[in-house]
Amino acid sequence: MANKEEILAGLAEIVNEETGLESEEVQLDKSFTDDLDIDSISMMTIVVNAEEKFDVKIPDEEVKNLKTVNDAVEFIANAQG
Amino acid sequence: MTTTLKQYEPVAGSRILSVGAARGNLVVTNEDIAGPIDSSDEWIQKRTGIVTRRRADRDLSLLDLTTQAAQEAIDKAGLTGADIDAVIVSTVTSPYATPSAAAALAHNIGATPAPAFDISAACAGYCYGVAQADALVRSGMAKHVVVVGAEKLSDFIDETDRSISFILGDGAGAVVVGASEEAGISPSVWGSDGERWETVSMTRSMLDLRDAVETARRTGDTSALTDPESKLWPTLHQDGPSVFRWAVWSMAKVAQEALDKAGVRAEDLAAFLPHQANERIIDEMAKQLKLPDTVTIGRDIKETGNTSAASIPLAMHRVLQEDPSLSGGLALQIGFGAGLVYGAQVVRLP
Repeated sequence: MANKEEILAGLAEIVNEETGLESEEVQLDKSFTDDLDIDSISMMTIVVNAEEKFDVKIPDEEVKNLKTVNDAVEFIANAQG
Repeated sequence: MTTTLKQYEPVAGSRILSVGAARGNLVVTNEDIAGPIDSSDEWIQKRTGIVTRRRADRDLSLLDLTTQAAQEAIDKAGLTGADIDAVIVSTVTSPYATPSAAAALAHNIGATPAPAFDISAACAGYCYGVAQADALVRSGMAKHVVVVGAEKLSDFIDETDRSISFILGDGAGAVVVGASEEAGISPSVWGSDGERWETVSMTRSMLDLRDAVETARRTGDTSALTDPESKLWPTLHQDGPSVFRWAVWSMAKVAQEALDKAGVRAEDLAAFLPHQANERIIDEMAKQLKLPDTVTIGRDIKETGNTSAASIPLAMHRVLQEDPSLSGGLALQIGFGAGLVYGAQVVRLP
């Protein structure tokens, strides 16, 4: 089970792979759409890769609630149980 | 003594003998449609891969497109309408719920009295049709089956809709399936998931439209009929991100299952012909399937847009036109869409 720091680092890696954004750009307070310019389709790719990496389920209807990087980190941390 | 009942005599194999194509007569650019969705050529290309889509004007009907595509396929197979003994049209945009487009097509191509029927399986409809044609031919029930995927989606779009309308085009793609000594169509992997019926669907039913008209007539208040904002005409819409996730990760598994059932590896393929939904789906599926560079990927979407049931045979027609040496090679074709429904098989290219 990954702690929040590890989740953030892992997410940053996934975002980098999908968008080419530097991992340092992926900070907790950043909005996926407004700050990182990630569209809904890239977001789905990131979500599926995060599911695999952290062994969690992120349902479609949850994805729209993941507005900031912190939202995603919190969701994954809780979903890990 | 009991009487022995006769049955059809099965044949060894079936294959696609030929392919025909018809596209809408209008070339619609991204700039032509960007205004009402507050978008741009760059945005649309980046998100969908579409540069233009082909649409049909009011004088070019769904049946015209269907007939053109079917006639080309029949001619290329060296057959005439009289040789065709089953006609299947997959469409979700026929202006008449009944009679079928297929019966009119059978008449147009001179195949009467061949059995003719429409199927409704949206973007998977062509693969559903090929699955049925394969079964009809191998069972001995038909010798030559025409399968057409045909759509005039521009009749069912909302120019302000950002979910799907802007990617849609009009066209028809047809194949003739006939007997062959060797297997030319693999087992089909096909299915449905009706729990997700609303993921891709019409905005309302025809009965909703009827009720609105009746209400206007009864009350004398016709504002609902004249206000463009009321959007009474049923149009297509989708939950794009949800469809993307399903189309890539669930459908890549279906595609792999089709390869496994066919006894074929990705590197054995000459072509990959997925439903032309969105180029990002196509790219991501190819990545998931680990297709080597030697596999030609159908990308008709760039110029034709998403034509639902027509998109796979149109993509097949294009790859064969651009590279005739692919003929005789194996192609993985997979359709997926509203229902949700999906269908896939490996076929030998005509």
